[in-house]
Amino acid sequence: MTAPLLEIADLSVAIGATRIIENLSLQVHAGEILGLVGASGSGKSVTALAVMQLLPPSATMTGTVRLRGETLTGKTDAQMQPIRGRDVGMVFQEPMTALNPLMRIGDQVAETLRLHSAVSALAAREAAREALDLAGLSGEQGALDRFPYELSGGQRQRVAIAMAMVMSPPLLIADEPTTALDVITQAQVLRLLQELVRARNMGLVLVTHDLAVMAQLADRVAVMHQGEIVEQGATPELLLRPRHPYTAALLAAAAFTHKRVARQVSSPEVLQACGIIREYPRQRRSLWRAAAPLRALDDVSLSVHAGETVGLVGESGSGKSSLLRVILALDRSQAGQVRLLGEEFSNAAGNLHRLRRAIQVVFQDPYGSFDPKWTVERLIAEPFFLLNAPPLAAERRRKVAIVLEQVGLAATDAQRLPHEFSGGERQRIAIARALITEPAVIAFDEAVSALDVLLREQILELLAQLAERLNVAYLFVSHDLQVIRAIADRVYVMQRGRIVEEGPTESVFASPRHAYTQALIAATPKLPVN
Amino acid sequence: MKDSRHTGLIAGAVITAFFIGMALIAQYWTPFDPRVLLIVDKLQAPNTHHWFGTDQLGRDVLSMIMLGAQTSVGVAALSVIIGVFVGVPLGLFAAARRGAIDELVMRGNDVIFAFPALLLAILMTAVFGPGAVNAIIAIGIFNIPVFARVTRAGALQLWTRDYALAARVAGKGPFRISWEHMLPNLVGLLVVQGTIQFSLGVIAEAGLSYVGLSAQPPTPSWGRMLNEAQTLTALAPYLALFPGFAVLLFVLGLNLLGEGLRRRAERPS
Repeated sequence: MTAPLLEIADLSVAIGATRIIENLSLQVHAGEILGLVGASGSGKSVTALAVMQLLPPSATMTGTVRLRGETLTGKTDAQMQPIRGRDVGMVFQEPMTALNPLMRIGDQVAETLRLHSAVSALAAREAAREALDLAGLSGEQGALDRFPYELSGGQRQRVAIAMAMVMSPPLLIADEPTTALDVITQAQVLRLLQELVRARNMGLVLVTHDLAVMAQLADRVAVMHQGEIVEQGATPELLLRPRHPYTAALLAAAAFTHKRVARQVSSPEVLQACGIIREYPRQRRSLWRAAAPLRALDDVSLSVHAGETVGLVGESGSGKSSLLRVILALDRSQAGQVRLLGEEFSNAAGNLHRLRRAIQVVFQDPYGSFDPKWTVERLIAEPFFLLNAPPLAAERRRKVAIVLEQVGLAATDAQRLPHEFSGGERQRIAIARALITEPAVIAFDEAVSALDVLLREQILELLAQLAERLNVAYLFVSHDLQVIRAIADRVYVMQRGRIVEEGPTESVFASPRHAYTQALIAATPKLPVN
Repeated sequence: MKDSRHTGLIAGAVITAFFIGMALIAQYWTPFDPRVLLIVDKLQAPNTHHWFGTDQLGRDVLSMIMLGAQTSVGVAALSVIIGVFVGVPLGLFAAARRGAIDELVMRGNDVIFAFPALLLAILMTAVFGPGAVNAIIAIGIFNIPVFARVTRAGALQLWTRDYALAARVAGKGPFRISWEHMLPNLVGLLVVQGTIQFSLGVIAEAGLSYVGLSAQPPTPSWGRMLNEAQTLTALAPYLALFPGFAVLLFVLGLNLLGEGLRRRAERPS
């Protein structure tokens, strides 16, 4: 076998007194895609930064990193600068912040080139055009002169890839390159990366928490856990026959499906939305007439039966969140109505307060969902405000303790502050807050999207148990088809403000009728099944 | 780096506490009674008996500085209180209601903002006559838009948090959410702004009393001491030195304190 392109030997990194990476060794060969997979905080990104010698100043590092036989460790920043970009390209997770918002994209791509080699502005522009072509943004269509804000997330990520590719570096490091993208865009970007690696015989280190993405793309996988590589090997074997228990646990969590008996559809409807139209005013362009409003929801209807879990799936911008806000009576719709327990909810001021206790919500961000100054008990008890006679003192404490135990936390956690809890625990607190008024429906807005795969499985498992025990219905909004498939009895698919398909989960996934649903399902990365 | 910002904060707190303590002590005890004129002792240079010397009417300068601190702290503190009690609710209200009400409140603030505190004080003096109370009101009015803006900006940001949405789902109205969620989370921001406005208040009071628009004789004030010392600069330079230094040190301390608090609030927790 030829000498490896990238060789990391006995790498250890500590930031302050915290050890982040312990004795990590791995190799990447030319033309090979290495997947680096692990939960958040396992040290994946730090490994990527260590290769580029971009660790924060407070970090201490031992071990060696060699690129094509050249030792990178111990090089000064000045010595590293020509290597970054020329020999190693990097693509980051967030396409929004990776680009300079005030610079035309052609100039941004050309800048990388001009930093490394003395080429004329014209030649650099030509090279930028080629790189953008390669990344699937055709330069002829004026892409060079556009600003980042004119591009979609997927297009921005293509620009970032073009910037990384313009010097034709032998090694590319991509840190969660598709995590911020929709499934369909994700599939396109992944295909692009794969083609580039094959065509140019490059090495690619793909850092991700998503095992399915890994399964689709990587030749070899290294599984990281608490700063160590616990297992590495060729992709199909490793995924089908994991040897390390942690890998097995990750795989089991990713393949999570809740086995449940088919639900009675005859139960009464607890939530109905009929013909919802929601428009947002747009900035007026002409002095003489107002701009046509943006129609975020176009005649949307859905229903949730008692005790049922309904999934609402669609990509970002499809109107899922707008619909949720209307359903929760946080926003008013221009037309249509929402009925809760058979009574008009959305536009009825008088009933609003009384009905609200029947619907509660869990948000996506486990960090922004809680007032940092409130204790857990006070946070969980906040919806008691909806009751005419809210329980006081001891009774209140008892009820909070009950819901805390229902979500798997201790009653003693009630006096702590939210920052003392991890992301997964906070989502449990959010669920406890939603349960306290004994609602008929709980809405989940991407409630597990910010959690990594093991925590996600635990939360989904908890939700399934609670649904059965308490007979509460869920409206589960997510862009993640895996999650929807795992938990929902029935599913709605949304595209550009309309419901395009609706039906029992298994039949929608097994035989999607609408072209958009078919595309979504086809684009979702899958794990191999044995 | 970490140490230096800490020193600034501590130094600022010590200086501020020193002046406020001085103002409190002056309420009960001063070395001499600065309201009693002893022309025989006039214009003594600093000595062991009169540490800071005496002025042209024989009053003890140290005692006057101590009582002047009272005027300074009192005027600045009360004007900050006016600013907080009117400005913060306005800011919360504007952030909670948005739209036309927000515009109305904020543009109203712009109008007040357009007039410097000094000009406003001169205007009020012309109408109501000079005095400490009018100085407090003038500086206080000047503080209102400052607090309204800071509060509104902070609250707008907090309104985008999911916990504000969660509170709405819990059936709470905008005013209750402002009171229960916004205000407690804005306290840090407001303490910092309060310290800064306090120091501006000290300067404004000194300026107003310098031109005779704040506290009237016989109540001592640093600004008037500076004014009276002006004609005697050649004869007794120490007369200008001590009140000038008092203003400088107090404002410096308040700024160090405000800056230190701001940095501490910005530090990611």
